Amino acid sequence: MSVISKDPALLHDGDEPDNRAISEIVELQMGPSHPATHGTIKFNLKLDGETVIACDTEVGYLHRGFEKMCEQGTWTQTIPYTDRLNYASPLINNFLFCEAAERLAGVTVPERCSYIRTILSEMSRVADHLTCLGMSATEVGAISVGFYMVEAREILYNLSQHITGARVTVSYGRIGGLTRDLPDDFEERMRAAIAHTRTVMGDAEKLLERNRIFIQRMAGVGIISKEDTISYGITGPLLRATGVRRDLRKDEPYMMYDRVEFNVPVGTKGDNWDRFSVRFEEVIESLKIIEQLLGQIEPGPVKVDDPTIYMPDKAKVYNSIEGLMAQFKIVIEGVRIPAGEIYFAGEAANGELGFFLVSDGSGRPYRVRVRPPCFYAMGALAQMLVGGGIADIISTFGMINMIGGECDR
Amino acid sequence: MSLWAIGAVKSLLVLVFVLQLSAFLLWIERKGSALIQNRIGANRANIFGVVPFNLGFLNTLVADPIKMFTKEDFIPAGCDRFLHALAPFMALFPALITFAAIPFGDSIVLGGETVELRVVDLDVGLLYILAMVSMGVYGAVIAGWASNNRWALLGSIRGSAQMISYELAMGLALVSVVLSYGTLDMQDMVHAQGRTVLGFLPAWGVFFQPVAFIIIFVAGMAESKRVPFDIPEAESELIAGYFTEYSGGKQASFMLADFAEVVVVAGLVTTLFFGGWQFPWLAADGFHLPLMGTIEVSALVVTLLQLMAFSLKVLFFCWLQILVRWTVPRFRYDQLMDLGWKGMLPIALANVVFTAALILARGEGS
Repeated sequence: MSVISKDPALLHDGDEPDNRAISEIVELQMGPSHPATHGTIKFNLKLDGETVIACDTEVGYLHRGFEKMCEQGTWTQTIPYTDRLNYASPLINNFLFCEAAERLAGVTVPERCSYIRTILSEMSRVADHLTCLGMSATEVGAISVGFYMVEAREILYNLSQHITGARVTVSYGRIGGLTRDLPDDFEERMRAAIAHTRTVMGDAEKLLERNRIFIQRMAGVGIISKEDTISYGITGPLLRATGVRRDLRKDEPYMMYDRVEFNVPVGTKGDNWDRFSVRFEEVIESLKIIEQLLGQIEPGPVKVDDPTIYMPDKAKVYNSIEGLMAQFKIVIEGVRIPAGEIYFAGEAANGELGFFLVSDGSGRPYRVRVRPPCFYAMGALAQMLVGGGIADIISTFGMINMIGGECDR
Repeated sequence: MSLWAIGAVKSLLVLVFVLQLSAFLLWIERKGSALIQNRIGANRANIFGVVPFNLGFLNTLVADPIKMFTKEDFIPAGCDRFLHALAPFMALFPALITFAAIPFGDSIVLGGETVELRVVDLDVGLLYILAMVSMGVYGAVIAGWASNNRWALLGSIRGSAQMISYELAMGLALVSVVLSYGTLDMQDMVHAQGRTVLGFLPAWGVFFQPVAFIIIFVAGMAESKRVPFDIPEAESELIAGYFTEYSGGKQASFMLADFAEVVVVAGLVTTLFFGGWQFPWLAADGFHLPLMGTIEVSALVVTLLQLMAFSLKVLFFCWLQILVRWTVPRFRYDQLMDLGWKGMLPIALANVVFTAALILARGEGS
């Protein structure tokens, strides 16, 4: 199906022109100040009526020079920047950066630390998916579902605030551990949040998954083939929606993902409905993962006992010369990571979030490169949109879940 | 009392009823959606902060109009200023005057004169309503055209296509209604619904024309351009559709027109299918309850009960539309057209043929 051939300018010799009268092609700039484009993206559209015949996607409106900024501070000072990558699930960015740096430094974190990271990663994944699903539902008009999901997310964000002190700017991970242990009532509140999220997902299922209007809006829209998805480098729910069972949590387990049982939901056609269903199922799976981990987690330290990696306790800092020196060195020079380079990727909510770190042996990163999962999807977006209508842009773009902070860095 | 004075009072009464109900609906919508979505909703209305409680629907009755009409009325460069100013009135005016043909009570005797409780005693009331509802499309089209904005233009194109498509289904459904009542006069239709069938069931139109009811209700919602039929203003797609370039009082007019259309649709459905002002089992001389005999009620109480019944029914259908609006997602343009042309139009047509055949078979036709 070559829809592009409707544009007379794009007809090749010998192509049969479309029989119907070709109307005037309208150029329309959608965004960056458009309700659906988050203020961070612009589509230069060519429209034939309401049909998109060409789309040029412009990204970069939220470019802040993240990678360059990271080179200016110490390794630890990079962590707050990672909060701002995918701001719907900041903890995942935090932890994956720390994991990458730890692997480069050859540090193994205590088991409890890994458990907490896994639990909170899954919590963030749920929050991220709830944002994506809820906002997509809102954008196709089902505003109530959006509110239900945002309410469930709010509970998770409040829990995140309870643990880390912030909803988005968490900075909870540290190289070699975490800033602090979980609060005492964490398990209780987490279980309550899981129960509430399950209720919300049940409501959403009733309101959307059996709603004919919603299914019509999503099914068969924004299709991209399995081969194209792979060749564009798209990962995560978008890839799984085409039927590829690729999940880094399963295929290359890190943290504690090898100790839990979970399914990797996949779709068949790679349309928006599959994407929606995959994300929907992943929320359910993530909740299961959290429950399993809550049953396994044991008390213990949450940071490595190595003063060259993690700042010593305040008691040592105040009462011993070695402690004071260790704190001074880490604050002023940064954590010294041996010279070398590493690429480490984990499964973030949107797909493969990779960190390529280069260290020259000093306390500052020589180079930090992020592989943002949704940037690659943005490349393929034009292919998904051409042939559809303006209304399909909304549902497709919503299901891609482009997060400006991560895409533009 | 002259006829002119009575006419003026009735017009004013209906106008105030529709306007106030529209404003009230805005509050119900804000509070109702909050109720549906586990929120608190509008609760900031107060008088200089001295009243210890929230003033409820004063929000929309006083606070919202003050806010809207004191805002800057922005007119974008390059737009057609005359049409830009005209469009909100083109949208609001038909919505407000449609209600004129809808009877809100039985005729009463006032100072020796019989007064029909509707603004105009129109024996082609249904045609008038159909005509006025169709007028609403001009507001949307002119607004989109005059705004010099492509989003607005897209919205108005969508709006005109949608409203014209759904008017067809609505018109055909109305034909079957007219066939079964045998009149175009809406007061006569309401009178016809005052009987009971099988001894207890009020003879409401919905029991005779259920398909037409569904079609007219759905098409009516499509006419009022609200979710799931809000594609002309789909806020996530077209920013605000045909009134993207409107602000302040003009934008308020468009909003008010939408709510007035909600009231009109509720009034139309009530009148055609749910007995209009008929209170179940209440005749002019009192209640005729099945199995329980007759209870005498004075004429004044009867009139009041009828007015109340009409208001409650209208309010119920307004609420139903709000409930639908906050429950389902929006259609896509082509799906909406499919539903209108391939779904509702054939059903409405079949309903007309079926109704006509039934009437012919019962020998009422000739």
